[in-house]
Amino acid sequence: MQASSKIPTDVSYLEYKGKHKGLLSWILSTDHKRIGLLYMYSMMTLFLIGVVLGLAMKFELIAPGKTIMEAKDYNAVFTVHGVIMIFMIVVPGLPAVFGNFLLPIMIGAKDVAFPKLNLASWYVYIAGAFLVIASVLFGDGSPDTGWTFYAPYSFKTGTNMLPAIFGAFVLGFSSILTGLNFIVTIHRLRAPGMTWTKMPLFPWTLYGTAWIQLLATPIVGITLVLVSLERIFGIGVFDPALGGDPILYQHLFWIYSHPAVYIMILPAMGAISEIIPTFSQKHVFGYKAIVASTLAIAFVGYFVWGHHMFTSGMSGTAQYTFSILTFLVAIPSAIKVFNWISTMYKGSINVQTPFYWAVSFIFVFMIGGLSGLVLGALATNVYVHDTAFVVAHFHFIVFGGVGFAFFGAIHYWFPKMFGRMYDSTWANAGWLIFTIGFLTLYSPMFYLGMQGMPRRYYDYLEEFHAANILSTMGSWVMTLGLVIILINLFRSAKSGAIAPKDPWNGKTLEWTVPSPPPVENYEEIPVYGEKDGPYEYK
Amino acid sequence: MYILASTQASNFVSGVDKAFIIILAICFFFLIALTAVMIYFMFKYNKKKHPKATQIKGSNTLEVVWTVIPTILVLIMFYYGWAGWKPMREAPEDSFEITVNSRMWNFTFQYDNGRRTDTLFIPKDRPVKLNLRSMDVIHSVYIPAFRVKEDVVPGSDKFMWFTAQNEGIYELFCTEYCGLQHSYMYNWVKVMPEEEFNTWYTDTTQQLASAQVESPTAAGKRIMTNIGCLACHSLDGSRLVGPSFKGLYGHEATVKTGGETRTVMVDDEYIKRSIFDPNADIVEGFNKGLMVSYEGQLTETEVEQIIEYLKTLK
Ligand code: HEC
Ligand code: HEM
Ligand SMILES: [Cu+2]
Ligand SMILES: [Cu+2]
Repeated sequence: MQASSKIPTDVSYLEYKGKHKGLLSWILSTDHKRIGLLYMYSMMTLFLIGVVLGLAMKFELIAPGKTIMEAKDYNAVFTVHGVIMIFMIVVPGLPAVFGNFLLPIMIGAKDVAFPKLNLASWYVYIAGAFLVIASVLFGDGSPDTGWTFYAPYSFKTGTNMLPAIFGAFVLGFSSILTGLNFIVTIHRLRAPGMTWTKMPLFPWTLYGTAWIQLLATPIVGITLVLVSLERIFGIGVFDPALGGDPILYQHLFWIYSHPAVYIMILPAMGAISEIIPTFSQKHVFGYKAIVASTLAIAFVGYFVWGHHMFTSGMSGTAQYTFSILTFLVAIPSAIKVFNWISTMYKGSINVQTPFYWAVSFIFVFMIGGLSGLVLGALATNVYVHDTAFVVAHFHFIVFGGVGFAFFGAIHYWFPKMFGRMYDSTWANAGWLIFTIGFLTLYSPMFYLGMQGMPRRYYDYLEEFHAANILSTMGSWVMTLGLVIILINLFRSAKSGAIAPKDPWNGKTLEWTVPSPPPVENYEEIPVYGEKDGPYEYK
Repeated sequence: MYILASTQASNFVSGVDKAFIIILAICFFFLIALTAVMIYFMFKYNKKKHPKATQIKGSNTLEVVWTVIPTILVLIMFYYGWAGWKPMREAPEDSFEITVNSRMWNFTFQYDNGRRTDTLFIPKDRPVKLNLRSMDVIHSVYIPAFRVKEDVVPGSDKFMWFTAQNEGIYELFCTEYCGLQHSYMYNWVKVMPEEEFNTWYTDTTQQLASAQVESPTAAGKRIMTNIGCLACHSLDGSRLVGPSFKGLYGHEATVKTGGETRTVMVDDEYIKRSIFDPNADIVEGFNKGLMVSYEGQLTETEVEQIIEYLKTLK
């Protein structure tokens, strides 16, 4: 930590005037809070691009045949949509934005362990994002492999794959560096007296996630390098024509990309584990069980990647082993849901926007998770694998899970981040419209998948038409909700009512510092006594 | 919708649908029950009615209960999933075998007696084993009505099997994304009573007859449509994955041969080479490796018929 006595403690991080002015004071700042916001603004921009691509796909699918684009464009659109949403939004998502902003404050530190490295991670992130965007705009055709880059198609196609693959590779480094930084921060910088079992749940999930980022991301890195070498030099690792094995590619890809799902969802669960106790005004139910389930998910999550490959060609033993492990990893998630709901029991529930998001998170997450059981069982997996059912499932988990948690978190911590309150009427209206749109958009895809409609489908037979119309209309409603939410947040950040230090009567440490916090958060590092803890309501 | 349909199109339907129904029933039960409890708590313990929370930090008994019960339930679900899937792994000895040749972007079905079709004709009530071959990238054979799916991986010998139990026509989709025309890569499955199938199978006169009446040009066009050349090559001059056939024959083409650029005359020789050894000469501006050899899939006569047709595309 660079504790310097010159930094004033009565000026918020937003108003603080350091060496630089204007934009430079942001893009050269090593303050974890400013870096958190940098990530947030970059991600918002990329997310909106991803949303527009998603809308374009849904519009294309409103009727069979060509509606607005050619097959070639559609294939490029779902690829870029997937790459942006996965590698740039949901994987870095909550850790980069809320982890950066809140982790040090929640554990009573002045910054993360390596503030400069933290800023460097953001630059790496931006570099990766630019590479991917460049692959779309320049060269001979946008990448069209899907975000999974499956061999051998990914080195057969004539499109601009290399920059896209390299972009994903670079984004991985940003993830690794953030993970490393968080692990060290959590080990070294917790406030005196904050033992492991007194650490709030959101930092706990960041900790689990950071380990996955650190250990799993290098695997996808090397895999992407191998694909590039295969494309340039034909080294024959994955190319069957040269004696390579395309299934090996899938193993390597999913060894990372399955745990990546937990990189995404754990911090989302962490945010929900903060929101529910605060708005129930009650100690979280089963703190230790929630922590244990976090670690169990992070650990068992490494061993289930094969469930993406039940039809690819694995031995029978491998198949049922992966199936049973997949079922086991569902249990810690179920435990979390039970504990969240029990936290509400006999609480004194203050139903505010973040609470609506949390409850709807639990609802859509249950749908996502339960549909995952259909995918985990062998017989049913074979039937719905690579159909619209899978598309529905992962949008419920990654968008429903991470997205709803993100919106819950942003409303929850908004007063802390900007020092102002959001307008709650508009926020609730946005939530309601968004949720209705979300369910209308994705639920029909479950039905389509059970009807047998394959995924990554530019065109389809007439029998799939009706459900697609409904789904497309849902995408419009959801977008309306999204626009309302974002406009409301932007307006409130400028002109909302001034927020007090602790608007929700929360008990974690971030509610003990001013809103917005000063540059180094604490004048004096807080100390946890024997009786203190993150959820100690009286 | 196929699931819950009462007709049993194949021998796997009952096993798969049973797993489906059991899993869905458990899922719906939990979804509805937990959502109801959540909403009930939101009203019952709303701060207006319940201004002071009762602090409860947890309960070990409950944690054990809600770990053990879901564990038992998931094991049950696993079991039914496994039971419905197990028989798919081993094809009976006496299965009727058909080879599926997959390439971008069509499937062709090759029978032991040399017959080749683009619709999968199969006998009813007899195990059918499909040997899956891919010439280029990964595809996946999916027949929803039969509840079967298996990826077709280049370089490995894979299979799938089933016994069709009802006459009828069903869809067969490619479900592994394989490039530009992936969504057009579907065919039909026609299930016929065993006798009718046998007549069809042994009746080669039909094929011969049509081949005799047809002019070579018409035959060329039919072959190219069936085997899927037109997915990559247009007839009207527009650029698809490969160069257009319009005005190709008799003109010069600029190609790269082993790194060197040269111009060649498009004649019979060149077209034959393009079909059987497409990577020998790569047309300028196009990519290597997309078109793969049709060696063993097209006979000399068929190629000649294709050439006749190409000559007409001025
Ligand atoms: C998967 C897409 C694809 C399919 C299917 C395909 N081709 Fe091609 N074809 C190409 C590409 C790409 C090229 C250009 C690169 C090359 O020369 O290999 C090409 C080149 C050719 C050429 C040389 C054209 C010229 O301008 O010199 C001929 C002739 C040809 N193909 C014939 C056929 C025939 C006949 C079939 C069907 C039996 C067929 N192709 C199927 C992709 C395809
Ligand atoms: C406006 C919001 C969105 C819409 C309308 C939308 C729609 C779609 C559609 C239509 C597809 C294509 C499915 C197919 O090809 O069969 C798709 C794919 C995908 N979406 Fe979204 N989506 C949205 C948001 C998101 C978000 C927030 C995420 C990430 C959390 C996401 C992740 C993905 C991924 C990973 C794919 C797969 C791409 C591939 O097949 O390679 N989407 N989406
Ligand atoms: Cu997975
Ligand atoms: Cu395909």
